[in-house]
Amino acid sequence: MATEVITTRRRRYLLDNERVLGSVLMTPAVIYIVALVGFPFVLAIIYALSDVTTGSRGFNFVGFDNFVRILDDPVFLRSLRNTFVFAAISNILVVVLAKALAMILVADFKGKWVIRFFVLLPWTTPISLATIMWLWTLDSLFSPIDWVLRWLGLIESNSYFLGKPGLAMASVIIVHTWRIVPLAAVIMMAGLAAIPHEINDAAQVDGAGFWRKLFEITIPLMAPIIAVAVLFGVILTITDMSVVWVLTRGGPTNSTQVLATWSFLKGIEGGALSQGAAIALFLLPVLVGLTVVILRLARRVEVF
Amino acid sequence: MAVVEVRGITKHFGAVHAVNGLNLRSEEGEFLVLLGPSGCGKTTLLRMIAGLEEPTAGEVLIGGDVVNGLPPRVRKIAMVFQSYALYPHMTVFKNIAFPLKAEGLDPEERREKVEWAARLLDIERLLDRKPRNLSGGERQRVALARALVREPSVFLLDEPLSNLDAKLRAAARDDLLEFQRRVDITAIYVTHDQVEAMGMGDRIAVMNKGEIRQFGTPGEVYDDPADTFVATFIGSPPMNLLEHQDFLFGFRPEHFLPREIAPPEGGTPLTYHVSRIEFLGSERYLYGHVYGVSEKTKVIAMLPSTVTLPVAQEEDHEFVVVKGKMRFFDKETGLRTSPRPL
Repeated sequence: MATEVITTRRRRYLLDNERVLGSVLMTPAVIYIVALVGFPFVLAIIYALSDVTTGSRGFNFVGFDNFVRILDDPVFLRSLRNTFVFAAISNILVVVLAKALAMILVADFKGKWVIRFFVLLPWTTPISLATIMWLWTLDSLFSPIDWVLRWLGLIESNSYFLGKPGLAMASVIIVHTWRIVPLAAVIMMAGLAAIPHEINDAAQVDGAGFWRKLFEITIPLMAPIIAVAVLFGVILTITDMSVVWVLTRGGPTNSTQVLATWSFLKGIEGGALSQGAAIALFLLPVLVGLTVVILRLARRVEVF
Repeated sequence: MAVVEVRGITKHFGAVHAVNGLNLRSEEGEFLVLLGPSGCGKTTLLRMIAGLEEPTAGEVLIGGDVVNGLPPRVRKIAMVFQSYALYPHMTVFKNIAFPLKAEGLDPEERREKVEWAARLLDIERLLDRKPRNLSGGERQRVALARALVREPSVFLLDEPLSNLDAKLRAAARDDLLEFQRRVDITAIYVTHDQVEAMGMGDRIAVMNKGEIRQFGTPGEVYDDPADTFVATFIGSPPMNLLEHQDFLFGFRPEHFLPREIAPPEGGTPLTYHVSRIEFLGSERYLYGHVYGVSEKTKVIAMLPSTVTLPVAQEEDHEFVVVKGKMRFFDKETGLRTSPRPL
């Protein structure tokens, strides 16, 4: 009896120690990150510097050979260019649309909750399911969009949204924008709500109209939060393969091929694990650099 | 300079009646104070005058013209906010220039006007700074300069001193008043601080629950309160109110004096039991009750420290309410009534 009391007392004492408690609470997160982020990441680096394939057990370090080889590949260069186009255009759209949406969502009107619910819906559906819905919507034979356009007399025959290079890229960009906008809008709503009411009142009294208030007061004050939204948007675009993969598989003729899908095609479908890893890692320095720049920027323009 | 007038102005937020059919008219160049506890509707009234809030009913007139439905910028008003609402990402210069830019003035004219306003408020050396690098008092001056620069006909001020610490506040009060006299513009000033209201206002509109309870000079609202609300809201400590038969009578703590030092013309004698004496430097507060009338009600007497006290704690003493200083109120409505015999 007496010893039991002492044991519980000692255990309690142990957990009262902040260093012990801290480590205990951190452990699950650390295990998770090491197993699911750290390990694959290190593995990818090792693969990228080796000659592993899915077909053999051979393993030799080959230095930067893989990077040299992928740079020689015209499809890789095309994917790289597509990735930038895809990320740039969809994120410009995301910023503009999310800003507008955020302003609508913070306004007071009847039925606000219903609208908010519908706006957030794309974000809550699994990417692949939502994209499959779009796949059907953009189908070459049964697309309801085509049907409506035909009915309106705007087109003669079906558009083949995913079958023509330009249209396919536009479709991929639009679907991806549709998906990211809710997240960006919610981030921007937080930024918008953080602007003191009196600042808006002051701008109104000072005679600023809607556009002047938007460009000279609201957007500068929201700049840090917009930067965060862009950061999320760009990273989610560059690292995401599901939208492109489900809609076009990179086609037609690689016109929507991006680094993520090309890496998957090469490494998993094609079996060249080392080259797949090299493609996947190619933009890592760019992303890291981008993150540092945007976070720096966000801190510098911090105004309150 | 312009006269501001509201007629039957009403504002409902859903079921909340913030302002209830209120009438008010300023004089030209007057410093008019809206005074009341928080939630009395004073800020809502100010915002309706500014055009930031549309009234549910009634009219706002500025310089004789009905301005209902007009946006703030065409009303020729300027507003200074409680937090000053300076644009944090702009320099002081850009802050002051902002209303001019919105008006469409060219850069040269803007520069001249900003410099004129900055000179008037003595903030020329701050023009390149950002608001976060300014002290509270400096921010207030910048906010005033920004309000002034468009040469408005009315100044609206929403508790602009409440963000300053107590020591700065007295100086800022003086500054603000001196500034208003110099530019000679009608000012409407919202505050919940009766000391500010008494010290600054040419006239005070005392508000409660969306209505004006009394509108008069500081002397009038202090000496002749229209009802028990005004009587107890204004004055620190407030007017003593005692219930007697079917009415209330009241007197200010400084008019309740020991018989020995009361003025020779006399007054109403009351026997006062002193339960506690508080020494506050320049004056003393006496807490206690009087015998015979509502003995449970605490009565406060205020005596300057320059007179010797003829009474100690836990003692009874003959006190006098100075002649002509007794006020009478209806027990039901709280409104002032004619004097009644005690």
